[in-house]
Amino acid sequence: MEYNVKVWRQKNAKAKGHFETYHVTDVEEDASFLEMLDILNDQLIRKGVEPIAFDHDCREGICGACSLYVDGRAHGPDDQVTTCQLFMRHFKPGATITVEPWRSGAFPVIKDLMVDRTAFDKIMQAGGFITVRAGSAQDGNSILIPHDDAELSMDAAACVGCGACVATCKNGSAMLFVAARVSSLALLPQGKPEAARRARAMVAKMDELGFGNCTNTRACEMECPKHVTIDHIARLNREYLKAKFSE
Amino acid sequence: MADPKLISKIPEGPIQEKWSKRKSSIRVVSPNNKRKLEVIVVGTGLGGASAAASLGEMGYNVKIFCISDSPRRAHSIAAQGGINAAKNYQNDNDSVSRLFFDTVKGGDYRSREANVYRLAEVSAAIIDQCVAQGVPFAREYGGYLANRSFGGVQVSRTFYARGQTGQQLLLGAYASLNKEIAAGTVKSYPRHEMLDLVIINGEAKGIIARNLVTGEIERFGAHAVVLATGGYGNTYFLSTNAMNSNGSAAMQAYRKGAFFANPCFAQIHPTCIPVHGDQQCKLTLMSESLRNDGRIWVPKKMEDVMKLRTHQIKASQIPEEDRDYYLERRYPAFGNLVPRDVASRAAKERCDAGYGVNETGLAVFLDFADAIKRLGNQRVQERYGNLFDMYEKITNVSPWEEPMMIYPAIHYTMGGLWVDYDLQTTIPGLFAIGEANFSDHGGNRLGASALMQGLADGYFILPYTIGDYLSHKFAEPKTDINAPEFVAAEKAVIDRIEKILTVKGTETVDSIHKKLGHIMWEYVGMARNEAGLKKAIEEIGELRKEFWKTVRVPGTNEEFNQELEKALRLVDFFDIGELMARDALHRKESCGGHFREEMQTEEGETKRDDENFMYVGAWEYKGEGVEPELHKEPLKYENIKIATRNYKD
Ligand SMILES: Cc1cc2nc3c(=O)[nH]c(=O)nc-3n(C[C@H](O)[C@H](O)[C@H](O)COP(=O)(O)OP(=O)(O)OC[C@H]3O[C@@H](n4cnc5c(N)ncnc54)[C@H](O)[C@@H]3O)c2cc1C
Ligand code: SF4
Ligand code: FES
Repeated sequence: MEYNVKVWRQKNAKAKGHFETYHVTDVEEDASFLEMLDILNDQLIRKGVEPIAFDHDCREGICGACSLYVDGRAHGPDDQVTTCQLFMRHFKPGATITVEPWRSGAFPVIKDLMVDRTAFDKIMQAGGFITVRAGSAQDGNSILIPHDDAELSMDAAACVGCGACVATCKNGSAMLFVAARVSSLALLPQGKPEAARRARAMVAKMDELGFGNCTNTRACEMECPKHVTIDHIARLNREYLKAKFSE
Repeated sequence: MADPKLISKIPEGPIQEKWSKRKSSIRVVSPNNKRKLEVIVVGTGLGGASAAASLGEMGYNVKIFCISDSPRRAHSIAAQGGINAAKNYQNDNDSVSRLFFDTVKGGDYRSREANVYRLAEVSAAIIDQCVAQGVPFAREYGGYLANRSFGGVQVSRTFYARGQTGQQLLLGAYASLNKEIAAGTVKSYPRHEMLDLVIINGEAKGIIARNLVTGEIERFGAHAVVLATGGYGNTYFLSTNAMNSNGSAAMQAYRKGAFFANPCFAQIHPTCIPVHGDQQCKLTLMSESLRNDGRIWVPKKMEDVMKLRTHQIKASQIPEEDRDYYLERRYPAFGNLVPRDVASRAAKERCDAGYGVNETGLAVFLDFADAIKRLGNQRVQERYGNLFDMYEKITNVSPWEEPMMIYPAIHYTMGGLWVDYDLQTTIPGLFAIGEANFSDHGGNRLGASALMQGLADGYFILPYTIGDYLSHKFAEPKTDINAPEFVAAEKAVIDRIEKILTVKGTETVDSIHKKLGHIMWEYVGMARNEAGLKKAIEEIGELRKEFWKTVRVPGTNEEFNQELEKALRLVDFFDIGELMARDALHRKESCGGHFREEMQTEEGETKRDDENFMYVGAWEYKGEGVEPELHKEPLKYENIKIATRNYKD
């Protein structure tokens, strides 16, 4: 199979970027999207063109590294998948495919299709944890958690930190990402004593880092590869309000 | 006779008391002195993240490094099935000694008793720690923690969070790490790759790392260095490991004097999605937990095989009596739950005999039809839903309708840096934890035990044992990164990069790596023999030469350069591959994942040779192009009766 790939090239954070279109040949029918890029890179290197930089690691949809905007959609045209779980069978042979990095002020481009998402780590460092020291925990079964609460908590905890929600939001808000963490913990009895502090600190950090406000457009939920829903944003809002009242 | 260079430092006394004895003999450091002590941790997987967090909690001054853009993306994130612990929550008579026994037996009697016992001993506390961190483990309807069973054991001791256990455990460790980063005890250096270890007066004192964004080569000093850099499965090019997983840090340590133990022990996982073509760069694991309810089979009749390959029939159309559930047939006691090495070889045996069910002849079925009938859609959905989805996304076939196709693939490496009971390598001040060390799994690792080991090492073992080493160091000044040893190490790294960039050949790094993978899979894979292994060593040597003549790495060092990263790792994969072949050649026995064709029973089972090979083989580097020297740490089993592994009855 052959495709035309229109791809964003940018030498580094300071350089000005532009689109280039390349022709890629010999793509197997069962190839994944990233395998197609591997094949293209192989062909580019042999032609003396610098390969395209993009983030990836697990290629199983779980590490959250891959982060491509494909044909105008975060993680491409398939639903509920990360870019690495997107397959070429979703594209017509011969098609021109447009590939861009995440576009968001809080995620500056490092090179080509690679962006800097350390802002997510900073939000997590602001409060996305339970303060427990190794060795001080009580027996696991002394904390009973109803089956359905654990499942709901897991729904939110499935977030892979990819940033598709931010990239897809017209306001560049990180609410879904923050909500996933806050909500996952809020659904469990552990960490209750610091719940208010957590919600306040994470939201404050998100604002400080230049993410936009959430206006409930639901675009994030539509593009989230892990199906984190905006119900969790509602729970974050409740946690946040509770925290404000307790101030 | 114990080798004077391999002092395992196993405490005296009964096995149940060894760890408490060791702990009580460890000197403690006062809080104000701890602040002055610097520790470098390389790697943010379960091992590294948990170790750095714990060391931070204790008050040490920690620096942590990883290749990815965030510590949360380490390879551990991909673990699916679960984590073992001897909690006996199911009241199935599980215990520390049973977990200990299963692990030693599963490892085919090639692991160190005292270490394994300690692992089993601390396993329960891991679950408590993770629950307290807010890890949403699966729960029963009564609110208690749920368990599942895993290959190689007959009790149900595996804790899980859907099919994303590694992710949830790592997010727990990452959260604890973030807590310490916020507290200022840990400083994080993502997108930094260690390229050399720095030794001063025989002790590990720091690392040279490349800032992957700018290409800058940087020096970092400390009082001790911990490698938590994972396994070397990607030597085979195709494996279930993440793309950036590599063995370079371990090789750098090896070249600086750390012994490398049992390199030939690599695990081949029986349930992976078969290779679909030669453009693939990564294989996908289907969790072992699927073997709990899935049944493995191939057709009994060759005519059915042929029809399957030409798509004339579907698997579901083959009647029950024409199916060969070969694991259930050969191993009635364990059935589909035999250990990985046994299941992998059995699949190979059927495929070699011509019964492989896809076009390439390299696939068997994993069937859920019975499970769906027995448990109903909802329970199956709950247990395996996301794995079914993943399978369907990749293959375009729904496991709800047709059985999965699976085939073995390289998955895990039991071998690694040799460490003593304190997890210290043969270089003082250099420690190795998680998959990077060799210590607990012998010739074969049981499912759900890698996560257990990574977290045991990181939360509960290393933070104590390293304290003993550091307790002698607090009076020492900060390591001087302008010392000649740092300057020399940095220069060597810069020269290596320069050398790669100046080849300017015609071949891409991946295309050469693929060739290495073929050599490894062919001769150092599921079945090995003397002639093949010798050939492998020779061919790897040739390929290395080819690399230095033909590789093309575009761009410069002073920029983000993924081809350069890959090339630097490939250079080390050549050395690991060769070392694996050499080790496999010397180990003239079949044991665990290491199957020497010359050493098998009439039924095709492994034939161990306890008389001659009951030892850890640890290799000492002797210089470039010089044969490494083998050292032996004899293994003594005082608490377990050695037996032939038997999963038949
Ligand atoms: C698909 C899959 C599923 C699995 N499922 C299970 C399971 O269900 N249960 C189980 O027990 N085990 C499972 N395993 C095995 C288990 O996941 C691993 O053995 C374990 O996670 C390894 O953890 P680690 O901390 O030792 O290393 P890793 O998680 O591999 O982390 C290595 C770290 O080191 C860093 N690093 C490496 N080299 C350098 C360098 N030179 N410089 C800087 N940083 C470096 C990396 O960036 C990374 O942060 C699975 C493995 C795979 C592949
Ligand atoms: S909420 Fe969804 S889209 Fe946002 S970072 Fe998490 S997984 Fe990605
Ligand atoms: S590469 Fe890991 S989620 Fe895509």
